[in-house]
Amino acid sequence: MSAIVEIEGLRKVYAGGFEALKGVSLAIEEGEILALLGPNGAGKTTLISTVCGITNPGGGVIRVGGHDVVREYRQARRLIGLVPQEINLEPFTKVIDTVRFSRGLFGKTRDDAYIEKLLKQLSLWDKRDSRTMELSGGMKRRVLIAKALAHEPRVLFLDEPTAGVDVELRKDMWDVVADLKADGVTIILTTHYIEEAEAIADRVGVINKGELLLIEEKASLMARFGQKHLQIELQTPIAEVPEALASHGLSLGEGGDVLHYAYDTRGERTGITALLNDIAAAGLVMRDLRTEESSLEEIFVSLVKEDAA
Amino acid sequence: MNWSAIKAIYVTEMARFFRTLAQSFISPVISTSLYFVVFGAAIGSRIQEVEGVSYGAFIVPGLIMLSVITQAISNASFGIYFPKFIGTIYELLSAPVNFLEIVLGFVGAAATKALFIGVVILGTASLFVDLEIQHPIAMVAFLVLTCLSFALFGFIIGIWAQNFEQLQLIPLLVVTPLVFLGGSFYSISMLPPIWQTITLFNPVVYLISGFRWAFFGLADVPIGLSLLAIAGFTALCLAAIWWIFRTGWRIRS
Repeated sequence: MSAIVEIEGLRKVYAGGFEALKGVSLAIEEGEILALLGPNGAGKTTLISTVCGITNPGGGVIRVGGHDVVREYRQARRLIGLVPQEINLEPFTKVIDTVRFSRGLFGKTRDDAYIEKLLKQLSLWDKRDSRTMELSGGMKRRVLIAKALAHEPRVLFLDEPTAGVDVELRKDMWDVVADLKADGVTIILTTHYIEEAEAIADRVGVINKGELLLIEEKASLMARFGQKHLQIELQTPIAEVPEALASHGLSLGEGGDVLHYAYDTRGERTGITALLNDIAAAGLVMRDLRTEESSLEEIFVSLVKEDAA
Repeated sequence: MNWSAIKAIYVTEMARFFRTLAQSFISPVISTSLYFVVFGAAIGSRIQEVEGVSYGAFIVPGLIMLSVITQAISNASFGIYFPKFIGTIYELLSAPVNFLEIVLGFVGAAATKALFIGVVILGTASLFVDLEIQHPIAMVAFLVLTCLSFALFGFIIGIWAQNFEQLQLIPLLVVTPLVFLGGSFYSISMLPPIWQTITLFNPVVYLISGFRWAFFGLADVPIGLSLLAIAGFTALCLAAIWWIFRTGWRIRS
């Protein structure tokens, strides 16, 4: 795979003096789904806006498909589709007309067969003659996606695609994203929702205060920061952790019938075998075992905290 | 050139016009008729002729200019302000289009609408008075150039405006007075000498004078000067728009 979006040393200072991006460098591989996570005001939208041409870069270089987004903006922008954060649609226009408009704007000749396929894929075909103001919020978001895909881009930017969308629609949106990936579209999405990144991304980048704190494979990120947690339910409650188990650093749950054990998947030895042997030797009978992985959310919070420290 | 983008913008802008076609058609007809009733009948009964032309016919070019200028500005300013207001401007900014293509789409549509209204007024006026156009080609050229140049000016206002009040401000406080005082309803020669001189600083005088020349062969200022004025105004507006898109003023942060 090769990088379809290359960002080198991107800086942006707004007129008021706010430094939104402090030299971000990033390479996005063709065909991947990259999730950019970060708190409000981290610089996610500025990053996307600068790649797409809505904001002027303050410094640095951005190339899309090998084309510089400033000097060769026509070639670069033809490859890019953008779904903005806000639902911005002309209220009186029909769905099919606004999608056709987007295709024309990006220099493509009219192709009714493609537009039909696209609207059907996004479950909008039945609504094609509705005015956009008559649609529900979720449908409007789909119209924005249809507009962004109308010119068959190779890279799709989704700026908080599921902000304010209910759980069902969010899952729906994830399916749409998965379909697009299957079609070979590279997807960059920003999100507040860690579960979103966890569910659909191949790689995760974390942005805070205009800096890219890290970018890596989701799985390796999980593994690297992965604290796992083992819960041992006991047949009979106990008053305190037996002396023989003291070396394992266990804590006892409130009812006295659950032992908690935290371990690091990165370590060579997790200590689980020894712990279970010792529990048996201490004469405790186990009823159930459960392990939990730390979520991206916890990883994210710890990273942002580290950055603030 | 991204011709399909120009077409897409033009068609979308014209669609808005066609949605309100009845309104777009009826309102100039009514307002023109009213002007004829008030200016033509009431005032015209006291002023029989201006430089050999009946007063009713004399005001036709000015009347057309008044509506065309107002319409070109309001259509173009609203056309570009509306996407800014509702946020759909993001699509224009992220599209592979340059400033000329955006301007051709928006300004072309706004000028077309203004031209349509100019023709409707001309048609309505011909029901009230006998009109003979001495220089039809020059008349069409002046009409088209006026539509284009003031649509360009309206486009700048639309980019400059940050709310609906500002959108109305310049047309109301600057353009309407200039048009009314630009000889729409009278000949400059009817003014006292000092006002004749002052009036020459009003750019609209040159437009109306040139347009009236195309109708009746009468002009307050030389025709060449009129053409130069409108060409200069168009060039000035184009330069301003080029600068706006180059710097991203009020549209790109």
